[in-house]
Order: sequence, then C-alpha cells, then structure tokens
Amino acid sequence: MNFLDQIWLIPLFPLLGAALMFLFGRMLDPQPVSSVAIAPGVEPVYEHGHDHGHAPHPEHHGHAHEEHGGHGHHSSPLKKLINIICPGMVLLSFIFSAGAVWQLAQQTERIHQVIQFTWIAGMPFHMANGHIASFQADWGFLLDPLSSVMILVVTGIGFLIHVYSTGYMAHDNGYYRFFGYLNLFVFFMLMLVLANNYILLFVGWEGVGLCSYLLIGFYFQKKSAGDAGKKAFVVNRVGDAGFILGMLLMLSVLGTVRFTDVNALLRSGNFAPEIHGFGVLSVMAVLMFFGATGKSAQIPLYVWLPDAMEGPTPVSALIHAATMVTAGVYMVARSAALFQLTPSTSTVVATVGAFTAILAATIALVQTDIKRVLAYSTVSQLGYMFLALGVGAYWVAIFHLFTHAFFKALLFLDSGSVIHAMSGEQDMRRMGGLKNKIPITHWTMFIGSVAIAGIPGLAGFFSKDEILWQTYSSPLGSKFLYIIGLVTAGLTAFYMWRMMNMTFYGKSRVKPEVEAHIHESPASMTVPLSLLAIGSVIAGWLGVPKAWSLFGESWRGFEHWLEPAFASAAVVAAKEGAHDASLEWVLMGVSVAIAIIGIVVARYFYHNKPGIPDSLEQSLKPLHALCANKWYVDEIYDFLFVNGLCKGGGTVLGAFDRNVVDGGVNGAGWITRFTATVSMWWDTWIVDGLVRFTAFFVKMLSYPVCILQSGRVQTYAFFVVAGVLVMFGYYVIR
Amino acid sequence: MHPITELHYLALSAALLLIGTIGVLTRRNIVIILMSIELILNAVNINLVAFSHVYGQVNGQIFAIFVIVDAVAEAAVGLGILIALFRNKETVLADEIDLLKW
Repeated sequence: MNFLDQIWLIPLFPLLGAALMFLFGRMLDPQPVSSVAIAPGVEPVYEHGHDHGHAPHPEHHGHAHEEHGGHGHHSSPLKKLINIICPGMVLLSFIFSAGAVWQLAQQTERIHQVIQFTWIAGMPFHMANGHIASFQADWGFLLDPLSSVMILVVTGIGFLIHVYSTGYMAHDNGYYRFFGYLNLFVFFMLMLVLANNYILLFVGWEGVGLCSYLLIGFYFQKKSAGDAGKKAFVVNRVGDAGFILGMLLMLSVLGTVRFTDVNALLRSGNFAPEIHGFGVLSVMAVLMFFGATGKSAQIPLYVWLPDAMEGPTPVSALIHAATMVTAGVYMVARSAALFQLTPSTSTVVATVGAFTAILAATIALVQTDIKRVLAYSTVSQLGYMFLALGVGAYWVAIFHLFTHAFFKALLFLDSGSVIHAMSGEQDMRRMGGLKNKIPITHWTMFIGSVAIAGIPGLAGFFSKDEILWQTYSSPLGSKFLYIIGLVTAGLTAFYMWRMMNMTFYGKSRVKPEVEAHIHESPASMTVPLSLLAIGSVIAGWLGVPKAWSLFGESWRGFEHWLEPAFASAAVVAAKEGAHDASLEWVLMGVSVAIAIIGIVVARYFYHNKPGIPDSLEQSLKPLHALCANKWYVDEIYDFLFVNGLCKGGGTVLGAFDRNVVDGGVNGAGWITRFTATVSMWWDTWIVDGLVRFTAFFVKMLSYPVCILQSGRVQTYAFFVVAGVLVMFGYYVIR
Repeated sequence: MHPITELHYLALSAALLLIGTIGVLTRRNIVIILMSIELILNAVNINLVAFSHVYGQVNGQIFAIFVIVDAVAEAAVGLGILIALFRNKETVLADEIDLLKW
C-alpha cells in the first residue's frame, strides 16, 4: 500500500470520528450535560470501587452515582463504542502516518507534496514590486522531515492521551462531546502540520484554537472555565492578527504562500539577507513570530496558557503541552528560510524565548496548584524552543519539541492521575506521602521529572543541553542568553523536585476523608503513562551530543533527518568553524551540575528542612509576592488593556460618540426640523393661502346669487308673481 | 238699483285672484296655500262663466267645469304630497321645507 499518496486519509480519520461523535454521540451516551453539579475549583473526577461512605465530597459522589448508576454506567456497551471509535481513529491516523513516514524515508528526496484540489484560485493582484501575481491556495499536503516529526507526535501521543481519557473521563458527563472535540482537535492539528501553504496552515491554526477554546471551557458550568476559554480565545486572536498581517505581507512581497515556492524564492538569492537594519523581510518575520507568541504562549501573550488548566487534564496534556502550543514553534521552523535572512528578527525570537523561559520558571517556583506548576513549566520549555529557533538551531527546537511532548504529556497525565486519586484535589499543600499509595503514577512521574530536569540519559537532557550548547556556540547566540538558559535549567530542576516532594514524599498532609479514598488509576490510564515514560527515556537518544564521540553520527539521526528542511541552516552551522568538543563537555558538565544542584536544594528545602521555604518566604517577601502573583502581568494587562484600553477607551469613545457623532446626528436632525418648520410655514400660509384665497374669492362672488336660492317655495312663487306684475306693468305703461 | 254687469264679475274675480295670490305668497301653512290656490282657480272660473254669459256661448262654462275637475285632481294630489311630506318632516309649514335649492 502506498501510504504517501493516501496522506489525505491521515487527517480524515479523526474528522470522521468527530463527525460520528457530534452526529450520533448523544445516542451512544445519553447523558444530560446540565446534570453535572460542580463545586468551584474542583474538577469533577469521580471514582468508584471504594466505600461510598468515605467519599470526600458527599454531594458529588452521591450525585454522581445517582446519575450514573454506579458501575453499570461504565460498562455501558454503547459507551464502549466511543472508546473504540475515537482512540481507534487516531490509531489509524498513527498507522498511516508511520507508514507514510517510513515510505518517505525510503525516497532519495525526502519531500512529498500532494495537492488534492485548488481551494482558492486565480485572484490576480499587484505585488509590491508592481508585478501581477495570482493568489492561489491549494488543499494540499506536504510531507517532509519536519511535518513527519509533527504528525508522528500528534497522532502517537494523541492516541495515548485518547486511551488515557477513556479512563480519566469515564465518570464525566458530556463524554461523547469530549471525545468529539478531542478528535476534531487532532484533525485540525494534522491539517496544520500537513498543510502545504500558509493559508491552509492558518485553517488548522484557527481550528486548533477553536478546539482549545471548547475544551478549556469543557466544564462550562464553572465560570472560571468559561472565562479561561474566552481569555485563551481572545489572546490568541491578538497573535493571529500578527500572523494574518505577516501572510498578507508575504503575498505582497513574494506573491505566493506555498511553502516550497516561498522557500525556493527566499533561497534563490534574489533577497539579500537583512543583516543590518530592519527591512520588509524582518517586518514579515516579526509579524509571523507575533502570531507564534500567541499560539505558543510566549511573552507578551503567554497569559492564557496557565488559565487554560481549567480544562480537563488530558486536554492540558494533549493541547496545552504536547501539540497545539508547539504550533508556533513549528510555524517559525517552517519559515526558517525567512528567519535565516533576518538575523535581527532571530535575535528578537531568541531574546523573547529566553526571557519567557526564565519568567515562567520563576512563577512556577511558588505555585501550589500541581497543574499550574506544569503549565508554567510548559511556557518555560516553549521559551527554550524559541531560544533554539532564535539562535538558528532549528532542528534542536524541533528536537526539544519532540522530547518535551513525551515528558510533558507524561507529567500532565501523571498530575491527572494524582488528581484522580485525590478525588479532585489539585493543591499540593494538601498532598504528600503519596509515593507508596499510587506507585505507578509516582514512578512514571519520577521519570518525567528526571527527564525535564536534564539528568543525562533521559530525553530532556539531550534536547535541553543541545539548546544550551547551541546558544553558547552559535553565531546568533550569546553568553548572556546562555546564562539565562542555564539559570532556567536550574530553576526547572528545583520546581520539578519541589513538586515531587510536595506530592509524593514526606509526611502526608492529605485530608483524612480523602486519605481513605486514595487509589491507583485503572489500567487505561497507567498503560499510557508507562508507554510515555518509556518514550521519555529513549526519545532523546535520537540526538546524542556531538561530543559523545563514542556514539557515531547515526546516533544523531534527528539532526540529519531534519537537515533538508532547514537546508541553509546547515550552512550557518558550518560557518561556526571547528567543533570544540572539550568546550561542549564543560558546558554539559555545568548544566548537569546545575540540574543536580536544583534537585538537591529542592530535596533539602522540602524534605529535609521543611521550615526553610517558609522562612525564605518571610525574608524575601516582596520577591515571593512578585512570583506568586505571576509578576502582576495579568493585573498589568487588566489595567492597560482590559480596563485601560477597552473600558477607558470605551469611555473616551463613548464621550466622542455622545458629543461628536451624536452631536452631528442631532445637529443634522435639528437642521432638518428647522427647514421643515420653514417649509411648513410656507406651505400653510403661502401655498394653502393662495388656494384658500381663490376659494374665498369665488365664494364671495357667488354669495349674492346664493341668497336668492333659499329653497322656500313661496319665495320662488313671489318672484314668479313679481315677474308677471313687471311684465304687465311694462305692457300697461307702454 | 244698478244691474250686475260684467264689470262686477271681473272685479269679484280680480279680488278673489288677489286674495288667493296673497294667500299663496304669505301663508306658511301648506293647507292654507292649497286653499288659496282654490281661490285663484275659482277666480278664473268666475271670469270664464262671466264672459260665457256675456257672449252667449257655452264654451266658457264647459271650460269652467274642466277647471273644477282639474282642481279636484290637483287637491287630491296636493294633499297626498302634503301627507307624505308631513310623514317625513313632521311639519306642514312651507318655510320649513326648503329643499328646493342646490
């Protein structure tokens, strides 16, 4: 079977699943949505198999079991069908993706473009240089090394998260709705990464934004969830505005939006690199990057991602950690040819990435909600990816995206498993000592934390270390950015171990009624966890550091696989000159050391001497307050944009409207009324007057005649007699 | 004693005509007006009979009988109209029935 020609089937499967869910889901799982009662701040995760008398939230559990009929609900045969259809569709996509990628690898030129049909055709327009171009967008798919990585991540990790969700969401209402959205998301994400032009990419881009909005607001009965959904949507639109402008500028300058044509044009030599100054290509790149900051939660538009944790945890794992938020990274990597021509923009990207990384890491230090720690960690890791993009190490960014997808999805799913075990508790201050109660969750989360902290041998180490090395050694990088990245690495290790200690080790601070209820998650959840844990260990070995000369070039397969996608990036890399292996060893040692220091300090603070964090908090109160309140960024945005620009601007605009616009309208109305009055006067007195005068004149003339005709018979008879007498008189006198 | 000449007849006739005419023109009650018309007709009859006597011809007398018959018919029709008018207007006063205009 030729998978390459059947690429269109890859996104079609999840779309089919979504359509089935939306059309027939209600028949499969007839749960009234409105029957869920949700207490504020508690994710409605219900668990059965335990003595109901110990339920920590009696109103929840009583309600849940009443509604679902206890165990009977879970084994509903029709609901099983959902469990088969939705993950099955994603599995089919994964199989087709794997097949297509395998066949692509066999080809000498690893690029395969299929244009199904022309979507928008033949709209001629004048380009900036005066030539006439035709605006065309195809419904076409491009499979190259870059999109290969993306589709495998999306479908592979997506499948595991689907399976996990069948366990995690088993007791939620709106089960089919959840899976419908999830499948729809996978469809749009695959459209995004398989699109062969920017317009179609934008379709997927907006589609995943929509699904993100729908899934963040999945528990829409909770006001905070609805608000978070809206926030995500609005903030993303701000970024999208930049992206659209970037695309329009690209059309105007290059006349095409197809990736292959854009890359060919940009690499043709007709466009000089904008080394000095800030030309049109730089503007284009900055606009595109602004779009990426919205989707990938970078400064200044990262504020929506932490709030997105209002959604169900599998959604946080799939959309807000592993796949959708990396769309911005993918898009910038896809536009590598553009960014390579504009070093100043690359510097902007690197700086924004580095500062986002360290800002988010400092906030993550003091969060107490287990999911929020991971949310800020995600923002921080995305910052790393942009740092890599900015220093020209595109393959490293994608590599980190790849490894991050494994360990961050794993961590999120683990946190979901913890929350599940804790009957909806997310606050780490009320956890602790869970290690032996939920061992699989603990060990998989341990692996995930080690991986993200950067301990050699696990996935995170390879990609993060490569980023730091490239930041240090690349001509676009700098020692300043390297220091920021290094500090962030230490902070990462610290907050991850703070989270591990607060959750799994030490004394239990769990509420007694929850304590009795703690249990390991079902197999549908632990199996995906284990698979992701394995992935978190081995994924990094695709990109072993160059300094590990013991391993051959074949252990750096990831870089070579992606080389064709970033062709001239290799040229840049080649310019850096001889590779300094000893320096790389030193830097590697430093980053590993700082990771270990972070872990040890966290262990010491939160395990050995639990009093230290509190005393530190006391002595560094302003700093702690700054971090705990997220650097007041939300408040500043509220002040500047929500209240300042929207409400304040609204007031100004309101005054303008009332006084100037309404004044104009009212003035026009007054003038009309005045002229109408004059016209009415003229009409009444002059026109009507003339008519009336005519009538009056005629009436006056007719008056003497009128009075003769009295209607009285005798008067008439009198005239007759008088006439007769007159005539007689005439004859007599004559 | 003066003999009764045609001049006397003519004077009586003229007097009756004058009384009848003034009655038609001045009285308000339509019944009286009709009676006044009878007076006028009878003034004519006297004239006709008088001249018939003078000229020794019977034409005038025959004509007078025609006039009497005509007067009867006229009275019958006139009173019929009067009754119809009274039914509609509830009055028999000629000046209140001023419909003969416009």
